[in-house]
Amino acid sequence: MDTALQHRTATEPTTAPAPWGRVRRSRHVADRALKIICTLFTILGAFFLGWILLMLIVEGIGGLSPAVFTETTPGPGSQGGGIANAIVGSLILTVLGIVVATPVGVLAGTYLAEYGKSSKLAEVIRFVNDILLAAPSILIGLFVYMLMVQPMGGYSGWAGGVALAIIAVPVIVRTTEDMLRLVPGSLREAGAALGAPMSTVIIKISWKAARAGMVTGVLLATARIAGETAPLLFTALNNNFWFNPNLMGGVANLPVMIYQFALSPYENWRELAWAGALIITMSILALSIVARLLLRKDKVR
Amino acid sequence: MVALSQERLVSSAAAPARRSPPPSFDRLFRLASLASALLVLIVLLGIIGSMIYGGLPAFREFGFGFITSSVWNVNEDQYGAWVAIVGTLTTALIALVIGVPLSLGIAIFLTQLCPPWLKRPVATTIELLAAVPSIIYGMWGLFVFAPLFANYVQIPVSNIVEGMPIIGTILYARTPSGVGILTAGIILAIMIIPFIASIARDILDQIPSVLRESAYGIGCTTWEVVRNVLLPQAGVSIIGAIMLGLGRALGETMAVTFVVGNANRLSGSLFDPGSTIASRIANEFNEAIGLQLNALMALGCILFLVTFTVLVLARLLVSRVKVG
Amino acid sequence: MKIVSYAIAAGLAVASFTTTASAADITGAGATFPFPIYAKWAEAYNKETSNRLNYQSIGSSGGIRQIRAKTVDFGATDAPLKGEELQKDGFVQFPAVMGGVVAVYNVQGVSAGQLKLTGEVLADIFNGKISKWNDAKIAQANQGVTLPNASITPVYRSDGSGTTSVFTTYLSQVSETWKSGPGVGASVQWPVGQGGKGNEGVAALVKQVPNSIGYVEYAYAKQNSIPFAQLQNKNGKFVSPEAKTFQAAAANADWKSAPGYGISLTNQAGDEAWPITAPTFILVPKNPEKPEQVAEALKFFDWSFKNGDKMAVELDYVPLPAQLKDQVRATWKSEIKNASGQPVFTQ
Repeated sequence: MDTALQHRTATEPTTAPAPWGRVRRSRHVADRALKIICTLFTILGAFFLGWILLMLIVEGIGGLSPAVFTETTPGPGSQGGGIANAIVGSLILTVLGIVVATPVGVLAGTYLAEYGKSSKLAEVIRFVNDILLAAPSILIGLFVYMLMVQPMGGYSGWAGGVALAIIAVPVIVRTTEDMLRLVPGSLREAGAALGAPMSTVIIKISWKAARAGMVTGVLLATARIAGETAPLLFTALNNNFWFNPNLMGGVANLPVMIYQFALSPYENWRELAWAGALIITMSILALSIVARLLLRKDKVR
Repeated sequence: MVALSQERLVSSAAAPARRSPPPSFDRLFRLASLASALLVLIVLLGIIGSMIYGGLPAFREFGFGFITSSVWNVNEDQYGAWVAIVGTLTTALIALVIGVPLSLGIAIFLTQLCPPWLKRPVATTIELLAAVPSIIYGMWGLFVFAPLFANYVQIPVSNIVEGMPIIGTILYARTPSGVGILTAGIILAIMIIPFIASIARDILDQIPSVLRESAYGIGCTTWEVVRNVLLPQAGVSIIGAIMLGLGRALGETMAVTFVVGNANRLSGSLFDPGSTIASRIANEFNEAIGLQLNALMALGCILFLVTFTVLVLARLLVSRVKVG
Repeated sequence: MKIVSYAIAAGLAVASFTTTASAADITGAGATFPFPIYAKWAEAYNKETSNRLNYQSIGSSGGIRQIRAKTVDFGATDAPLKGEELQKDGFVQFPAVMGGVVAVYNVQGVSAGQLKLTGEVLADIFNGKISKWNDAKIAQANQGVTLPNASITPVYRSDGSGTTSVFTTYLSQVSETWKSGPGVGASVQWPVGQGGKGNEGVAALVKQVPNSIGYVEYAYAKQNSIPFAQLQNKNGKFVSPEAKTFQAAAANADWKSAPGYGISLTNQAGDEAWPITAPTFILVPKNPEKPEQVAEALKFFDWSFKNGDKMAVELDYVPLPAQLKDQVRATWKSEIKNASGQPVFTQ
């Protein structure tokens, strides 16, 4: 063995070894290429996000002013005006959607994690939930149109809220179930050992333990539905003034307003559209970041 | 198991505990949970049902030809889904062709190459791409990307390929305005990156590190570890992630409506405007009556069927992945 | 918990924002053609009476569908419904104002009003037969103007539009190929080009896309300073779109010649007539389910007839002649009745 090694080193040229060691050059090139490409792609992804945010800030900041938050949408080409009705409308529709979706989502997630577990029904419902999670939101808008707008004879905030709720429920169901699954079984057994019925165990122990995660789910769902446009196109439509307190007739909302104003030729409308776009994107991004911060605290990885 | 037997003990106890809710509440709670879970099921069935109900007259009127006909004439009430279907599939395909390599590259970067202090900000940045509302992507696509695309890509490329055989048709822009099938595909690619990247990242993370380390141990470079160990191991699940991205791309509405050009005709060129099922519905629904409304519902039916199939395949291929 | 209390707070906020319940809320939807003038009228009407008009400009076809589905108080359309349709749906149709459709363009080096087009050239551009700006046919009418060697991007309406109806009616009247090709309609098979939503969308696209040409109602071109072309009218003269030429086209209108005042004013004779002039119509149910709402809508139009002429002229719309307005009011009184047979309009 020694002689072979000595023999080899004696016959090899005495130049310094290549920087990549005794690895074949092509392997090193391929490795380098991979690293560079992957880094480049990641930079590209971050670049797109930065570009979009930059665009929003540059175009939207100019339109921001206190009037934007206090005045209603102006006529085309008129001076002044704001998007207060759209902002309030969006808030109401989002809150409505979440208020409807949270009980349903939490209870359904609870069923899947605590009662159903791995039963056939639970498997089917999990499957269906995953489908709903990724279903095109425009189809949900069509469904609610047939379900509520046609029978009720008009666009309404209620239909819009229900459409948003249908989009939010699968998100809440998933996170609730995932978070409840993370709660150790020993906690539940301790509660049961003390004589508590299932509902008490769930409410006072499982929910309490998974609280942060469930709140995160609700926040993520809120972030998701706050920016949805397609389902509102056929349900709440839009309104140029303050809408009815009973939410019948069109309800102003940011996404549809942005859609209408951005594609219009009127300068004041386009400015308002950009301002609205900036507001809605920043709100959703802030919500997402907060949700992820909460989630990371909870994650058992 | 334990809780159930405890439940029976409690209900048969002589004096219920001071603070225990009556058994009827317990039953009610369970019922409410079951009902909520069933509601999810009912909603999905409702969506399918309403699509079919709304679309049936169109299917009955045009039969199977509805899917293959490329006519869309509102005056004469003749409708065919072919143009929208081709548009949907083409934009989704372009989105995959561009988006999948980008996503995988990002996932590999995050799991193999990224220094630990950089991981969280980079991961958050990529995930924030998913949080941007789709209408914002549409605005960015139409007002920022399209003019640049027209001037720096469409016009030069058209000038180069003009007259050439196959490429001369596919990449020739008769009216270089920046919007079209290819633009829509590119925007979609950017939108699906966060979905595929985060799922791929989870999948890659879940591979036992002992496999990686043993490969490194025998002197493999990072590229070889990725190619020969990680990707084959993740294999089928990555396909599932890609299918999830595909499902998203198929159903995307607002971003596409802004940049696809809204043309109800088939064209050989990727640079030409077209339309997708979702953009067609968004554009025409609020004014459609009678057979046109049924035709749009039928389009929705087809979209749902296609998305459903893709999602089912994805679900079978990848074990449940985290939401958001 | 937090969410519930936020919901309550939001609800209270809304309740405190809305004005008193005595102000009426009228909802209308439809044509984007008259939207600028309806919006101006609505703003002024709101200032004077604090009644609100929420008009959603979603295109004529959208307006027809909404009023048929009874989801709005009135529908607005540039493409008038025919007599049988009015009978079937139980609508009363009346004109509100008239305007002109113009060809807007965005061509390097050609400033506003410089471009002259004949009807046939316009039809061929939208048909795809003329595909470059420096085509001989265009140059023929534009001696002295340097036209660039660039592809033309036609822009049309992607939604069902009365403006399209008016435009294609004109094109069919001046071009046989158009008549036998895409034909007339609120939504036709455009051989080339891209679609924008509403008059607003087309105007925005033409403004943005170089070397494009589209068709919009004149107020959109004027308000947004988009160059528009001169057109050759039936008498062979090239005219510019403005109140004078629109009025010339409307001068010889025989309003009683079609049911529901549904006449067409395209390609009228007259040296000064603008070839693509059109009235725009309002649809209300004959026997409304909500007579008070329809009464409020009619009051709005009555007010606009009395006080809105100046605003209309400012935007280069043509207000209806006084005689016609009286005829329309008589129609309201005689044809729109509530459940007990009383006329809804009682002014």
